Amino acid sequence: MADELLRDEADITERGVAREAEDPAAPLVDAAEIAHQDLGGPGLEPEQEVLTINMGPHHPATHGVLRLIVTLQGERILDCKPIMGYLHTGIEKSCEDKSYWKVIPFVERMDYLSYFFQMEAFCGCVERLIELEIPDRAKYLRILHMELNRIHSHLVWLGTSALDLGAISMFWYCFRERDTILDLFEMSTGQRMHTRYFQVGGVFEDIPVGFERKLREFIDLMPGRIDQYEALLDRNEIFLHRTRNVGIVSRERLLDLGVTGPLLRAAGEPWDLRKSPGYLSYGDFDFKIPVGTIGDGYDRYRVRLQEMRESVRIIEQVLDGLPEGPFISDDRKYVLPPRDELSTSMEALIHHFKLVTEGYRVPPGELYYSIESPRGELGCFVLADGSSKPSRVHFRDPSFVNLQAFREMSVGGLIADLIQNLAMLDPIIGGVDR
Amino acid sequence: MPDAPGLELIAQGIDKGRAGTVIETSVEHDRATLVINPDGVLHALTWLRDTPEQGYRFLSSVHAADYLPATPRFAVHYELLSRERMERLHVKALLADPAAGDGSNGLSATEKLPELDSCVELFPTADFQEREAYDFFGIVFRGHPDLRRILMPEDYVGWPQRRDFPIGGEPVLFTHNEIETPRWFE
Repeated sequence: MADELLRDEADITERGVAREAEDPAAPLVDAAEIAHQDLGGPGLEPEQEVLTINMGPHHPATHGVLRLIVTLQGERILDCKPIMGYLHTGIEKSCEDKSYWKVIPFVERMDYLSYFFQMEAFCGCVERLIELEIPDRAKYLRILHMELNRIHSHLVWLGTSALDLGAISMFWYCFRERDTILDLFEMSTGQRMHTRYFQVGGVFEDIPVGFERKLREFIDLMPGRIDQYEALLDRNEIFLHRTRNVGIVSRERLLDLGVTGPLLRAAGEPWDLRKSPGYLSYGDFDFKIPVGTIGDGYDRYRVRLQEMRESVRIIEQVLDGLPEGPFISDDRKYVLPPRDELSTSMEALIHHFKLVTEGYRVPPGELYYSIESPRGELGCFVLADGSSKPSRVHFRDPSFVNLQAFREMSVGGLIADLIQNLAMLDPIIGGVDR
Repeated sequence: MPDAPGLELIAQGIDKGRAGTVIETSVEHDRATLVINPDGVLHALTWLRDTPEQGYRFLSSVHAADYLPATPRFAVHYELLSRERMERLHVKALLADPAAGDGSNGLSATEKLPELDSCVELFPTADFQEREAYDFFGIVFRGHPDLRRILMPEDYVGWPQRRDFPIGGEPVLFTHNEIETPRWFE
């Protein structure tokens, strides 16, 4: 896939050499030591002084309420500490007091740009705990919405990141397409965001008449739109200068730090959980995993754009191969009976009553289930104690883990690049803080 | 996921280096689990990471859970992944609660906390996640370079995700209830 990145061959070699010249194993500058030496000493040049500044928590470029304590020497960053928790709402704790089906709307509010993925992580985990098979059509519909969600999430990322780098018009273009996606979500699920569309056992409703036509219009349009984004950014001198060779962390180090998703792929590691066996029906579709070469900001941008194209391809294949049949399992112990059965069947009424009042019970057990969200490996751990409420729900949020690489991306660079690094890291603070 | 005989081989391999590390093995919901003695965490994780034929070199997740009223009360879960074979292995270290039965309610400064060796040296990704487990469950990771609260405020008292921590909430101040919370402005 490297060839798809339209790279200038000579350029790559030149940059590769430049990277090798710096010893990656060299220890980072010890900020405390320098601070100790230099603090307030007489006769220092202004650019030698060490300055600690506080960025955020309400900085528009921190994409939420992330606070950064940055130690600077002149324009160079000596140390950078992310402080989070300003958006902590105790969702994991609250989930322990809700029956399983009421947990779904809670968890999708964690990472508010990838709500379908949060639902899939949780519902998939519970389905595996109760060993419930979901119908093929439900799998396809889930993939359809998740891939749309991936495009939506990347569009918000592209718009806001370009905005951070001074390209304001990108924001409007990206949000135009994002709005089309939200309209599609509204059409199929009734809500634009936080849809509660996935249920344990399948999805809440089948897609409505006319949805397919609208969606096909959109996927016919989207590749051309992505070309337009590229035309706006790829030859933009400012954008290239600010992203190229900035924020490089080696692939090995990223793996050690547990970084996954586009950040890892941009560094050249073709790692995507969608290719792992047994994850919905991704095996039915033909798609590629875009990878970058050196993992700078520019690679991260290219990888995400290419991922949008691959998502469009997956959606196209989903629509072409959408199987007929039920969209939700008919196991009445876990799934609500259809509304029309309630007036004719006593049993349906009993099941409905039990499911709505107490909820279903999940046999004791614990499971970690992970999927590929737009930001990397999103894992959900559910501990069931046999009652109708989970005893623990934990999310391994990719933004939270990826943020650990932020210090190494930024230290040694310029403070202006800090913004670029954070934008290309794409953390969603709602997911970080949960 | 390693199959049941494979899991037994792993357990034997770990026990060969340090007897009594593996307490139990199980395969449930298509997932292999090793229950290990908390003292042997570093040994087991090092063995799983560095043995060439195992190669669980990627740590997906570290998280804690509270099993109240069971004993031992806590567990720290390590989700290991071998990226070459696309195999996951779940390692679970059971931790007893040293404060059990002494009547402390998790609010006293001298409270005894469960302790475990930190695996940040082996897997740098565990840094934030161990801090999170400390923050919410009060599990102390020995040797962690910077064990502070991460999501809760630094001056917070208590371990909020323990099962015996009340859900509760702070009263929200409105004009109709400001008399009930006198001198709220101080």
